[in-house]
Order: sequence, then C-alpha cells, then structure tokens
Amino acid sequence: MSTRKIRVLIAKPGLDGHDRGAKTVASVLRDHGMEVIYTGLHQTPEMIAETAVQEDVDVVGLSILSGAHMSLFPRVRAELEKRGLTDALLVGGGIIPDEDAKKLESEGYAKLFGPGTHTEEIAKYIETTMNARWAKQGASR
Amino acid sequence: MAQPSLSQRLVQGEKAALARLISWAENGDARFAETLRELGPRASKSWRTGITGPPGAGKSTLVNELARELRTHARTVGILAVDPSSPFSGGALLGDRIRMEERTVDPGVFIRSMASRGAHGGIARAAVDACDAIEAAGYDEILLETVGVGQAEYDVVSAADTVLVVLCPGAGDGIQAMKAGILEVADVLVVNKADLAGADRLATDLEEAVHIRATGGARDPQGWAAPVVTCSAGTGKDIDEVLRQIEKHRSWLAGERLERARREKRLRHVRRTVEEQLAQELWERRGWNEKASALLESGRAPYDVVETLVSSILGAAKRDGVKSA
Repeated sequence: MSTRKIRVLIAKPGLDGHDRGAKTVASVLRDHGMEVIYTGLHQTPEMIAETAVQEDVDVVGLSILSGAHMSLFPRVRAELEKRGLTDALLVGGGIIPDEDAKKLESEGYAKLFGPGTHTEEIAKYIETTMNARWAKQGASR
Repeated sequence: MAQPSLSQRLVQGEKAALARLISWAENGDARFAETLRELGPRASKSWRTGITGPPGAGKSTLVNELARELRTHARTVGILAVDPSSPFSGGALLGDRIRMEERTVDPGVFIRSMASRGAHGGIARAAVDACDAIEAAGYDEILLETVGVGQAEYDVVSAADTVLVVLCPGAGDGIQAMKAGILEVADVLVVNKADLAGADRLATDLEEAVHIRATGGARDPQGWAAPVVTCSAGTGKDIDEVLRQIEKHRSWLAGERLERARREKRLRHVRRTVEEQLAQELWERRGWNEKASALLESGRAPYDVVETLVSSILGAAKRDGVKSA
C-alpha cells in the first residue's frame, strides 16, 4: 500500500480512429506494473488535460496517426499547464517525422517514439525516468 | 504570500487537490489522515451509491447515465470507478472512463479510476478513504463502481449507503442471483439491457427471489425488500426510475437506521485499517516474511510456524488470559 505505482494516461487526441498502437502500449505498461488509464478515441485537448488532473497521473502518453500532432500536442501541453499540471512526464508516439519529434522535444515533450519502436523501450524509458525522478525528490509528493 | 494548503484548495473546489488527496489515500500516505483532520469533523452530506455486478453488465454505462440524470437535478457528482489490478504484474488497465467521457469536462463531475491492487493493497480501505475525500470536497452524490462481482467487491460496496446490483439477461438465470449472495447485498436490483431478449424473465425471477427471501426465514417485517428495476443504460431508458428507487431507499433509511448503518460502516473501516497497518508492520517492518520462510525452510510445519509467530507477540497476553477478553 505504501508502494507508489506509476500512473499513466494513454490518450488519443483528435480525429483518429486507429487505437491498436495505444492499446498495445497500454497493455505493455500494465504488464510492467503501471496503472494505465485509457480513455478511448477522439479526445479533445481539454478532455485529456481534465482527465490527467482528476486521475493525478505521473505520465501523459499521446498516440496519434492522423498527422495533426503539431497542432494537437502543443494544445494538450497548454491545457495541462492551464490546470497547473506542469510536472507530468509528456511522451507521445505514432507517425511523427523526425524533425517534428525534435521540435516537440524542445517544447516540453520528454520523448517521442516513432514507428518501429520496441514496446519494451517505451516501458523502460518511463520506468527509468520516473524512478530517477522519485529517487531525487522522494517517492511522496 | 503563503501557498494555500491542500485542504484549503480542496474546500475551494480545486479538482487537482482532490485528486492528490485520493492518491495519498491510495498510497497509504500519512498526509491523507492529516488533511482530513485539518478539515475537521463535518456532517456527512454526500449520498454514497455503490454499483456492483458481473463484468459487462453495464455498470460504467449506468454510472454515466446516473451522473447525467443527477446533473439535470443540479446535483454535483463524484465518481470512483474501481478496476482490477493484474495479479501477475501488479499493473492495471483502467478503462471505465471510456464510457463516461461525456462527463469529463463537466465542472460538476469528478471522476477517478482506482486499481484494486490485490487483496493486500487495501482497496476497501482506500475506496472508503477516497469517498471521504470526495465528500470533504463537497460533492452531493458519490457513485462507487466496483470491479465484477466477488466477495472482495461486496466488501468495497459495503462503504455505500445504497447498493445497486446490476445484472443483464444472458448471464445466468435467477438462481445464479440467489446463489451469489447478490440478494443480501442489494438495496436495488437493476436489470440492465432491457432491450435484450430475456430481460423480463430475469426481472420476474429476481422479483420472485426477493419475495421468497422476504417471506422466508430471514423475514423482517420492518425490512427493506429490494425493488427490481428494468432499464437500458445504453439508450437512457428508465434511468430516472433507478434514481427514484435510490431516493426511496434513502428516505426509508433516513433517521435512526442511517445512523446505525453508518456507525457499523465506520467501525468496519476502523477494523480494516487497523488490520492493514498491523499486517504491514509485521510482514514488512518486523521481517515476518523472512522469519516465516526461514522457519518453513528449516522443516517446521506451517501451523508450528503460525504458533511461533503469533505467540511471539501474544505469548504474554495468552498467559495472562487476556486473549479471551
């Protein structure tokens, strides 16, 4: 009970009906002992940010294959900030060209995972990053 | 200027503060109890409705519909949705929100998913604590949705003032319902998916089962006989009738009955929390885990090990005859 679990929100912003990848990642993270909240398709940035706040998540992971990442990802980040959620680890994945990934990673997203990424790599990245954070600030918040 | 404390932010209705308080409850963080203490004693004003039933019966969809209907009556709603943790990895996939997305950005609704974290995760304790947190934040109604039916879930649902058991046709007949202890726990029986074949039959079976119980050995003329409501959460049909029955149960309970029921629930909560904290102290901090495995390893029989461990703390008490007190 006193062991804190990594809580992750996996969300699909915008008009994008392909959720196989999001479900796969959600399952893999669960198998790594994380508590994963999956909200389904067609989420607005407001819905994603509201959910992240109410669920008090440590990580927000966005999955997108529609090509609208350069408009939706910054909006999700802005909505999160508007609600004071500035310390969540932001990650994303999907069909995202390298130069876009670099730009998003310079604007508050910790890491973007492109096609072909091994699911283990995503889980390990989140685990390692969160464990390092908790080691630094203590696991309680 | 000093930062407002979490309890101040909670009273001001900040959802992030409520979310954090629930996290503390989940993680057994001492700041949970501190914050509630800070808020001081308050009259219980939230009505707690528990929603249980087999997986796929439509619990989340019903919760979403109940919340929608309650919002039309200008009631604020806090929802706690429990999903199972994996017994293998300890992780969980929490998907109840998918069916509640229309409520996500409603300022009068707060939704929180909770993983059951296994039998030793203290889900019953955490769920009650989370309900207390939602109440402290001032929500009028609390909807507590459990994972599929089982003994542990009855435990969770016992935190509620009114318990709905949701069933649907095609998942066993009325005898199944009589077996599973559903009648004992239900204050309102909901037959969901009324549009499917067999819904009327299931409702009749349940009504008969309730009647048998009410006129049989467990007869209590003053007792509450659970009404059977047929509805369709998917289409929103007769959700208002479900609410009417909750309201009826609420007026029936009002007064001394409610006081007594809540007293019993508080006592159960205290017992559960004490047991959890003792278990944690013994197994984790005093190294009973290692002690027990070493004793077993040395060839001792399980009950020998139990006696050695138990008498290491109760030994003196046993000799003094305190044990029977």
